Amino acid sequence: MSAQNAVLQLTGVCKRFKGVIAVNNVDLDLRAGEIHALLGENGAGKSTLIKVITGVYTPDGGRIEIDGAAICPKSTLDAQKHGISTVYQEVNLLPNLSVAHNLYLGREPRRFGCIQWKKLQRDARALLQRFSLDIDVNELLSSYSIAVQQLIAIARAVDCAAKVVILDEPTASLDSREVGLLFQILRTLRDQGTAILIVTHFLDQVYALTDRLTVMRNGEKVGTFVTAELPREALVSHMLGKELQAMEASRASQHTDSVDPAALQLRELSSSNGIRNINFSAQRGDAIGLAGLLGSGRSEVCAALFGLDSVTEGEIRLGEAPYKPRSPAQAIAQGFALCPEDRKTDGIVHPLSVRENMIIAHQAQRGWWRPLRRSEQNKLVADATQRLKIVCSDPEKPIGELSGGNQQKVILARWLMTHPQILILDEPTRGIDIGAHAEILQLIRKLCAEGMTLIVASSEIEELVAFSNKILVMRDKRLSTTIAGQDISENAVLAAIAEPD
Amino acid sequence: MTNLMQHRLFLPLLALALILLANLVLSPEFFHLEVKDGRVYGSLVDVLNRSAPCALLAIGMSLVIATGGIDLSVGAIVAITGAVCANLLNSSFDTLPLVILAALAVGLAAGMVNGSLVSIFGIQPIVATLVLMVAGRGIAQLINSGQIATFQNDTFASIGIGSLLGLPAPVVIAAVVFLLVQFAMRFTALGLFIEASGCNPRASHYLGLNVRVIKFLVYCVSGLCAAIAGMVITADIQGADANNAGLWLELDAILAVVLGGAALSGGRFSLPLTMIGVLIIQAMSTTIIMSGIEPKYNLIIKSLVILVVLLLQSPSFRQQLRGLSGARNSLGGKA
Ligand SMILES: Nc1ncnc2c1ncn2[C@@H]1O[C@H](COP(=O)(O)OP(=O)(O)OP(=O)(O)O)[C@@H](O)[C@H]1O
Ligand SMILES: [Mg+2]
Repeated sequence: MSAQNAVLQLTGVCKRFKGVIAVNNVDLDLRAGEIHALLGENGAGKSTLIKVITGVYTPDGGRIEIDGAAICPKSTLDAQKHGISTVYQEVNLLPNLSVAHNLYLGREPRRFGCIQWKKLQRDARALLQRFSLDIDVNELLSSYSIAVQQLIAIARAVDCAAKVVILDEPTASLDSREVGLLFQILRTLRDQGTAILIVTHFLDQVYALTDRLTVMRNGEKVGTFVTAELPREALVSHMLGKELQAMEASRASQHTDSVDPAALQLRELSSSNGIRNINFSAQRGDAIGLAGLLGSGRSEVCAALFGLDSVTEGEIRLGEAPYKPRSPAQAIAQGFALCPEDRKTDGIVHPLSVRENMIIAHQAQRGWWRPLRRSEQNKLVADATQRLKIVCSDPEKPIGELSGGNQQKVILARWLMTHPQILILDEPTRGIDIGAHAEILQLIRKLCAEGMTLIVASSEIEELVAFSNKILVMRDKRLSTTIAGQDISENAVLAAIAEPD
Repeated sequence: MTNLMQHRLFLPLLALALILLANLVLSPEFFHLEVKDGRVYGSLVDVLNRSAPCALLAIGMSLVIATGGIDLSVGAIVAITGAVCANLLNSSFDTLPLVILAALAVGLAAGMVNGSLVSIFGIQPIVATLVLMVAGRGIAQLINSGQIATFQNDTFASIGIGSLLGLPAPVVIAAVVFLLVQFAMRFTALGLFIEASGCNPRASHYLGLNVRVIKFLVYCVSGLCAAIAGMVITADIQGADANNAGLWLELDAILAVVLGGAALSGGRFSLPLTMIGVLIIQAMSTTIIMSGIEPKYNLIIKSLVILVVLLLQSPSFRQQLRGLSGARNSLGGKA
């Protein structure tokens, strides 16, 4: 069974948490010069397995071998000494240090014991150049969006070019251009003999990039396969344990010539966050997609609508009435809801429980003096857990203990509970597995059919095309093209993103 | 979570029980209670009575710490309230309701100063409240014209030395405040909102919570609690000493909150656990006095015992540390 030249070999690895067996008796061999995908549903145990390999958790059983020698990493630093470098699912850098310092933290270029800041900055710039990332490396990490932070974390790990590079959902918030660059770099690394383990929920990426793949389900290994020999349907049924119902690509109900005033209308909107002259209108039941490259202003439109940034010019109208939100509280009072892009800093409230995290937006809407009774809370939570298929052994456990995709679902459930009229989703399916992905898209369609207006910013064009009846393509913080109705297709959107005005 | 609750309650309670047990060994009459003139007497009642001021401060402090703040000024607010009460009682405005209202107003005003420094001007809580901690005693001295102001007023004195329902008045007052605040926190959503804004202020803002107002309000509550404690202390000694009233009491209050298992970085809080923390501190002082150890060793023994209790709570502590070093290592890990 043990394959030739396995760099990293796992035998019978187990990891238990209170009440959950997250990883159960998993074997895995990772060979030099291969890209290996680790796949499975949300909560299957992928991130936990990675954390066991890299010393964040100590395993409850099993062996980890590097080049045939058993290792037992006590910390990620220790794992690094054994040649394993890792990008975790949640960006794990220091937000209050500069980008350059983050890239070289713990391995700063030194002369006579002093850090050579100039060299460090130069190197940092050169390193980010490989990712076509042209940013000021002296700025604090926290001043950049989660996608940029993720690229920085990847650049750091790749630059450490070790024997083994592990990436946990590195592409979750990147758009196709960055993904392409990343893949190029990974292929180069592979050709140099590095073993790469990558977790992703995008099957296209699995087939485009990887040589072999391992599927996990409920903490157990289902099997390891050669990617090219495994048909897509078989892979999906290995992951879900059942067939995925074919998803028909129907759009949200089309409202062509409605006589009603638009539910939401933006006229020449500019905000303090840099977006300029945005115009669009949406009817009840519309699903509007916001497409564009990284930093094109998708998230900024969402932020302006939700009262996070102030409107500097132009106006927003809700039906007939002008709308000028100064805080999220005011936006929520007008029927808005926003699932933010960065779930770790703007979404989850850790260490409050899953239940509290789910009901808190609804509770905030009701006001502190009208508390939801515990029985009502339990019912709401149980319904949402079932509806969104959230894997959670106990709603009273801290939300940080859920897997990444399940945290995302909790945030979605939180806002659905407020019954918004206008739901804004910024990267809604970040980290969500394919089974749940289909269900969430279905849910979105149903909500639109019930009259909710939806605004979705996403780097996944395929997803936008699947449910939007209008797609706004952003470039340089402006609206560059609007594609509506029958004209919507993946190619049309891609062309609009790529073409210069 | 139920496991955690049991665990959270278990250690502070165990510590308290051990200290009480030590008392039993040292002096068998420690648990002796006696009813005289409809009032209960005994060492246990004494411990409760002495705990009352610290308990009052710790109630406000719990809320402030839950939002990730800290209030160093409560000792000084005690002194200001004392000075205001003593001077009013020596003037022609000496009716009880007026004095009480004035004291509460002083506490509220002080809390509003702290609250606005922190939530409107964005000053670090430790610095913002340090201002009033230092200035407050100066203000109290000004009000007292540098003297210790004494007064004769039996009605007001009964706040500190009277009895209600057979118990010392301070105990009853602290219990009522505790129940009121606990009710407000747990039978409305206030407790949840305070915890959320301490755990993750950014996410709380996205939820539509007004984090600034919440922060402002907890300092106001803390100021009010300090004013009540100030009245109890002043009534107890029937005088206001600007230099010594409530001196270092803010530190005991913070310690009580920490003994109750709250993190200074904000988040979860529990008023019942804080109360157990208060009792641990006070029971220990009483024990040291009763054991006949030379007084000069008091502070050292007290801090040693507290250190042990904090270390006993270390399972959660160690986990946090592990989490922290995990985060740091993961960074190093990519190096
Ligand atoms: N620190 C923890 N404490 C308790 N339970 C945990 C902890 N971390 C993970 N779990 C549980 O272990 C299981 C596996 O989680 P894991 O994060 O490995 O899933 P995953 O495969 O990475 O999912 P996703 O695709 O959503 O990221 C989940 O049921 C999760 O709730
Ligand atoms: Mg994961």
